Amino acid sequence: MLDLTFLGETFVTLIGGIPLTLQLTALSVVSGGVLAFVLALMRSSRNPFLDVPARFYIFAFRGTPLLVQIFIIYYGLSQFPALRQSVLWPFLREAYWCAAIALALNTAAYSAEVIRGGLNAVPAGQIEAARSFGMTRALAFRRIIMPLALRQMLPAYSNEIILMVKATALASTITLMEITGIAAKLISQSYRPVEVFVCAGAIYLALNFVIARIFSKLQYALTPEKREAPATASGNRIEEARHV
Amino acid sequence: MKAKAILAAAILAAAVVPASAQEQVVRIATEGSYAPWSFSGPNGTIQGFEIDLANDLCARMQVKCEIVPQSWDGLIPSLQAGKYDAIMAAMSVTPQRLEVIAFSAPYAAGINSFAVVADGPLSTLPGTGETYSLGTQEAQAKARLGEIGPLLKGKVVGVQGSTTASAFMETYLKGIAEVREYKTTEEHNFDLMNGRLDAVVANATVLAAALEKPDMQGAKLAGPIFSDGVFGVIGVGLRKDDAALKTKFDEAIKAAVADGTVKRFSEKWFKVDVSPRT
Repeated sequence: MLDLTFLGETFVTLIGGIPLTLQLTALSVVSGGVLAFVLALMRSSRNPFLDVPARFYIFAFRGTPLLVQIFIIYYGLSQFPALRQSVLWPFLREAYWCAAIALALNTAAYSAEVIRGGLNAVPAGQIEAARSFGMTRALAFRRIIMPLALRQMLPAYSNEIILMVKATALASTITLMEITGIAAKLISQSYRPVEVFVCAGAIYLALNFVIARIFSKLQYALTPEKREAPATASGNRIEEARHV
Repeated sequence: MKAKAILAAAILAAAVVPASAQEQVVRIATEGSYAPWSFSGPNGTIQGFEIDLANDLCARMQVKCEIVPQSWDGLIPSLQAGKYDAIMAAMSVTPQRLEVIAFSAPYAAGINSFAVVADGPLSTLPGTGETYSLGTQEAQAKARLGEIGPLLKGKVVGVQGSTTASAFMETYLKGIAEVREYKTTEEHNFDLMNGRLDAVVANATVLAAALEKPDMQGAKLAGPIFSDGVFGVIGVGLRKDDAALKTKFDEAIKAAVADGTVKRFSEKWFKVDVSPRT
């Protein structure tokens, strides 16, 4: 009943989609991350001319489905002849760039809130201490606030990256042959959706497993104080005594 | 003994009669975005060639029909999963599909063609206005495709994924043009008009209908019309174990083809006769 040869072939064909999936993820996470950082700073600003546009951007991109955003960028923008004549068209003509742009703009909105959360969670006492040592605001931000914020936002941010890996599947709707695109093609040739989707799911699972591991290692490296102290001989003895 | 047999027959009859008197419901899936075969009309209801035909066939089979729209990709899997009983979605009979589902007698022939932008480089594809059967005139068709091939080099051609159009590109023009697969013909038509595609291949009836819309002004059919072969004939898709329904559909379709009903609907919706040539 379970056709191992077919599963094997499917698996090998789907692996061909991994580079495109990872490219789209990397491209959108990196460029979206930069945009998110700017947005987070704008959101934290007391100047309404910075805060309000950032608020609106985040509201708009978090409040609409990514699929709709991809379609608006791919099919919607191409409707305007002015745009088709512009210098942007060589980029927007390609489904690849449309998908990357949509994914980046989308993740920027979510990541901005993650970064802002990280920044807000830095204890006021730490900032005051830095300032009282004579650090300028910029220096305090670079040496104290940002490292702490980065560490605090890591779990939420790893979540966002895993979501992005899965979101690249939507790129298949605009003709890109990443893992899901290839899976759809294989299904149309074989009419065996269960086997193909199980393989595709397993590949996404493996990719996200690696990403989750990388982040948990990073988390471990960045929080030395949360590790258990190396057990000394005397410490062990006390533990044992307690158990008795 | 005899009395017992009569009694048994009576019980059987009693059990069978109400069941057959009760109208059987046949759920038919269609694509609903493939004008003029099946599409959403201005008031939101599904209409088109296949809807008219389905209603006619159901009347002939004396069953009650429910027509449900379903995305193209999901048609065969959902049929197999028992979500409905038949597919009428301009689905060509292909050897691959025959491995997983059964087909009724054909109710239409598949005819496909290229559409291009009228002022683009492909506007004068050779063979425009000609029709070739890939079954009986494959040599002539291949000769024409031999002339078309070099023109398509480096061009981008859109097809709807998992259709006979993609099989056609795969069989006759493999590796020549870049082929992009879309979910619907509407999407590839859109990209033809905004310049992302140089040509599309799709069912000629569907293209002809789409070209009448204002947003496809400036596009036209080009090159020959191809039929049979990879495009095959179009039948009702059925589960393999549903022999009883297949017999019913076969009879109804043969009758509808014979008395000109299929031709009438075809000319109403396509302006041409797509009824299967036997």
